[in-house]
Amino acid sequence: MKNINKTTDEYSNLIKKNQPPVKKVRNIIRAFVVGGLISVLGQGLWNLYLLYFDLSQDDAGALATITLIFLGGLLTGLGVYDNLGQFAGAGSIVPVTGFANAMVSPAMEYKQEGYILGIGAKLFSVAGPVLTYGMVSAFIIGALKQILGG
Amino acid sequence: MAKKLKGQTLIFSNPPQIIGHTSVVGPEEKKGPYGKDFDFAYQDVKCGKDSWEKGEKQMASDALKGAMDKAGLDPSDVNLILGGDLLDEIITADYVARDQDIPFLGLYSACAIMVEALGLGAALMDGGFADCVLAFASSDYQTAERQYRNPIEYGAQYPPYKQYTVTGAAAYALGWLGGQTWITHFTAGKVLDLGVKDPNNMGSAMAPAAADTILQHFADLERGLPDYDLILSGDLGKMGKKMLLSLLQEKNLNPGKKLQDCGALIFGGKEKYGAGGSGAGASGVMLGNVFIPKIIKGEINRILLVGTGALLSPLTIQQGESIPGIAHAVVVEKITGG
Repeated sequence: MKNINKTTDEYSNLIKKNQPPVKKVRNIIRAFVVGGLISVLGQGLWNLYLLYFDLSQDDAGALATITLIFLGGLLTGLGVYDNLGQFAGAGSIVPVTGFANAMVSPAMEYKQEGYILGIGAKLFSVAGPVLTYGMVSAFIIGALKQILGG
Repeated sequence: MAKKLKGQTLIFSNPPQIIGHTSVVGPEEKKGPYGKDFDFAYQDVKCGKDSWEKGEKQMASDALKGAMDKAGLDPSDVNLILGGDLLDEIITADYVARDQDIPFLGLYSACAIMVEALGLGAALMDGGFADCVLAFASSDYQTAERQYRNPIEYGAQYPPYKQYTVTGAAAYALGWLGGQTWITHFTAGKVLDLGVKDPNNMGSAMAPAAADTILQHFADLERGLPDYDLILSGDLGKMGKKMLLSLLQEKNLNPGKKLQDCGALIFGGKEKYGAGGSGAGASGVMLGNVFIPKIIKGEINRILLVGTGALLSPLTIQQGESIPGIAHAVVVEKITGG
């Protein structure tokens, strides 16, 4: 007979009583501010590229996205992005910089296992689900568009 | 001389002595409040090697060698090495033992390995099967994170009750002569699982096992809190320590400040480390370099060291299983008599 005989429900109530609260309001505000700033930066880059280069709206947008991806990758490489993520939560995960982080961090992590079985195999270990379900939903929407004739 | 087993507790007739110990830590532990106490700290997380795993192995090898040197042991004096680490196949410990011409018993009980190794080593000696045993354990932030969670640089937000794996290795030499402390009892714990499924909340997953082992130890020996100067848990962290206190209070035990947790102490109070340290290295480096010196100085006399392990498999967690916990305890005290 074990000395501690609690049901899982009793124990999870005890955990709730002792667990330090996750500061949701603070996290939402931080996510809004940081996510917003990243978006403002993207918009600024877009306007800048339109202003200084002879580019179409689409091309300037693509270039702005590429710049953000580069910055996300760079900050990951410098070891800053994970600290930003701890501060901003969804604010730095959701934008395209977060996607860059999700690709570069496993690349750094698994480099020591080699280029094929390390980086090659593990590059999508974090971002994989996003790609998989991105493609699945694109397929469903595309199929619906064909059927309904949009 | 009759060997004694009471309940789950082994009572040593000839308590083996701790005749040497060494701790090796990483840069974060060095920055913490006990940084200056540890024997050696690497400033580089890979310990000068080309992979994190090799770095952890280097740390553990250094600790083992340090313990042998401090005890003045030649490898031929040592009958057995007992040890383990947190990685699959306890591969760090395997590589450490590969370098040694000494029989090796690999152990796994997650972060309770250090106490399991000390307790089993002492039991083998008291049982007459060995005269000198080495016990060691290691853990490493980088190698543990990548095996159990996400890449280090991935920007996920962790809750405040998550723990930070201690980068550290500790080794102890047990012998018959020359120590100032000895191991008098070993309580082997049962696996308890009260349904915690959050791998960020390992402290809560381990606390029931810790409470169970402490209560069992007291019942087996008809002892209580007044018999100990310190109840030292391994790596419950601040969250797990609170849970353990709650569980003990329900059984009318109020250890108060007598209960300390190596993981909660090792990094100090910085937010970066969440609820504090975790890992098999935590109890190993803190016992030998922080608390045994207190025993030697006479500040405290008897410690109940409770190693706590969260038996966490990332695969079974993904399958919806919960995290079993385990806790083993040894009594470490100042050598009495002549």
